Formats: sequence, C-alpha cells, structure tokens
Amino acid sequence: MKECLVVDDSAVIRKVACRILEEMEFETAEAVDGKEALDFCKEHMPDAILLDWNMPVMDGLEFLTALRSEQGGQDPVVVFCTTENDINHITTALGAGANEYIMKPFDREIIEAKFQQVGLL
Amino acid sequence: MNPGDYEFIGQLLKQRSGLVLAPGKDYLLESRLMPIVRERGLNSLDELVAELRRPTSESLQTEVTEAMTTNESFFFRDNTPFDLFREDMLPALLEARATRRRLRIWCAACSTGQEPYSLSIILKEMADKLVGWRIEIVATDLSSEVLEKAKAGMYSQFEVQRGMPIQLLVKYFTQVGDLWNIDAGIRAMVDYRKLNLLEGFSQLGTFDIIFCRNVLIYFDQPTKATVLGGVASVMAPDGYLLLGAAETVLGITDAFKPVPNKRGLYAPTTQVSETLRDSAFGSAIPKLQAV
Repeated sequence: MKECLVVDDSAVIRKVACRILEEMEFETAEAVDGKEALDFCKEHMPDAILLDWNMPVMDGLEFLTALRSEQGGQDPVVVFCTTENDINHITTALGAGANEYIMKPFDREIIEAKFQQVGLL
Repeated sequence: MNPGDYEFIGQLLKQRSGLVLAPGKDYLLESRLMPIVRERGLNSLDELVAELRRPTSESLQTEVTEAMTTNESFFFRDNTPFDLFREDMLPALLEARATRRRLRIWCAACSTGQEPYSLSIILKEMADKLVGWRIEIVATDLSSEVLEKAKAGMYSQFEVQRGMPIQLLVKYFTQVGDLWNIDAGIRAMVDYRKLNLLEGFSQLGTFDIIFCRNVLIYFDQPTKATVLGGVASVMAPDGYLLLGAAETVLGITDAFKPVPNKRGLYAPTTQVSETLRDSAFGSAIPKLQAV
C-alpha cells in the first residue's frame, strides 16, 4: 500500500483529502505545516505528498525546497494543492521540484486524475 | 412524469439522436432539462413536454435533444487511448504513409473539444518527427452549443484539472481571469463541424484514425451496427478505430476486429462491401412528426 502525507493547516481539508486518498487505497499521514512534514520525511519518506502552500511556521514552497535537498528527498511525488491559482505560482512550484499542481477547490476526480498522471495509480 | 410523456420524450430522442432512454431515468431528464424549463419561463417538465408536442416545436426539440446528449469530457480521458495513439497508431501510420505524408483523424463525438485538443497537443509535442506532414483533425458533434464551446477553447479551472498535466497546462494555455484558454495554434489544428451520426457522414472523406468514444453506449443494437458500418466505410483499410472503455464491436458488426492486447482499439476487417455502405447511408432519419 502506498503512503501519502497530507500537509495542510486546515483540519477540514486534511480530513477531506485523507478520506479521498483512503478510498483510493492509500495509507495516509497528516502534518499541519512544512516543519512537521519535514520532520516526518526525515524519519521516513512517503510515496506521495499532497502539499498546501500557505501555512504558518514553514510554508509549502520552503518545505519542498528543503525536502528536495534531503537524502532520498527526490523520491516522493509532490502534488501541490493550494488556492494559489496563477501561472507565476505554478511555474515557481514546478521550478522548485513539484510534480503536479492542484488548484483548490478540488474534488475526488481531480485528485484521481492528477495522481494517475504522475504514475501513483 | 406521466408514462405517456416519458415515452414521448424517449421517442423524440431516439428519432433525433439514436439515444435510447431507458425506463426510470427521470432524474436524468430533470437534471438536463430543468435549465431549459426555467430559461423558457415554464413551470415544470410537464409544461415542457406540452410545448414539445406543439407542431412548431422544432427548435425546442433540437435544444432538448442536445441537452440530453451532451457529455462531460476530460482532457486525456482514460489515458490509454492517448497512449495507444502516441505509441501504436501513429508509429504504424507514419511508416505506412511515409510517401504521402498525410493523415486524417476524426473525433466523432468531440463534445466540448477536450479529445481533439488532447490529440493536437500530442502531435504538437512530437512536432520534430512530423516535419513536412499534413495532419488534419476533424471533430464533430451533434450539439451546436458544445461545438461553440469547443471552438472557443475556454475552460474552467475544474475542467483543465481533469486530465491536463500541469506542465502542458502551463505550456499550452493562457489564464484569462478564472478561465484557461487553449493556444490559438492548438485551436487552429482542429476543424469543427456539426454532424449527426445517424444522418450519414460520407461527405467527411476517409480517415486513418477514428475516435468514436462513449457515444455508441447510448444507441440500441441496430443503430450501433448502422453507425459502425458507416464508420468502416469512411476508414482507410489499415486505419484504426478507438471506442470507449465500455464499448465493443463484438456481436454488433463484422466490419471491425479487436487489435489483440490493445484495449479499445479496433481495425477494419476487409474491404467494406457496397451493401454495407448503402445500408449505412441509404436512409436519413425522418424528422419527428408532432403528435
């Protein structure tokens, strides 16, 4: 079973995302900000990371940059999932090593389509 | 809805589009037709049916048929067909047509354009292999409304996220407010035409690749056979037909056979006979008489 780490400061979003991912037969874990996510990844790398952008303590972009310079940090497939929906944010995220990008609001079909494209399904 | 009205709408849809309205689809009628009810200032589906029964209801009948036959569409829907296009059909045909350097592709139920645009993007991405080739994409649909949307190439955030990889979104779309507009260069690769599959299509010429996905499922067996016979008659002998995941030619027509181990992909069997050609195009569907 593949594991997906859901990183979002909103408990509601984490719950919705986890439910969708579990229906897609993922094991899920949660982190409330980039710092918590980075600590989790240093312990062990998940297969996938669904990543919010705007979070307190450490935001999604800082997290992604830090992750990609960790040992084994190239491995997880990172899918941004954020309300930032302009082309500049998207290209910045891709430049920092994001594999896919979801513009909120999202639904099950979008997550499924995106995960399929990056080979997680 | 009373059974008489339900049957009336069923007959109307069958005659005008071939769509078979199974019993118990009241929810579908309601969700698709209530917008028309409201738009026309009517109060209920019953009133809409009463309007449809009037002898002067031609344009309303068209509107209702279009509303019932419109499908949601995704970019790169189901992935496999597009992999087959890129990795099987194109390599074979690029070799077979190396002298003429010409290919014709038909999307037979293109809806709001996601399928032809997905094919265009694949072709654009491999442009270096296609120098000197002339590749035409003809995309048809029954509904003028979806064709207008397809031509405009303007999609919501939800629509572009269902299937369009983010790198390709960035590369081939421009953000316009909340919407995403596909590049003029990609739009120009597709020739959109309004077409009812039941009225024959020999005027389109012949094709090397035909995508006819998720449209046969709405037809009954004889109609499926007629449409597939027609498709065979406009297809190159070494061409390819792609059907939707839930569709097949087996038990319906001998004109195509499945390509082994390639899900959804079919090849024409032999030279299509004149008889088949005639039966496919001999009779246009008569206009529905008001009752």
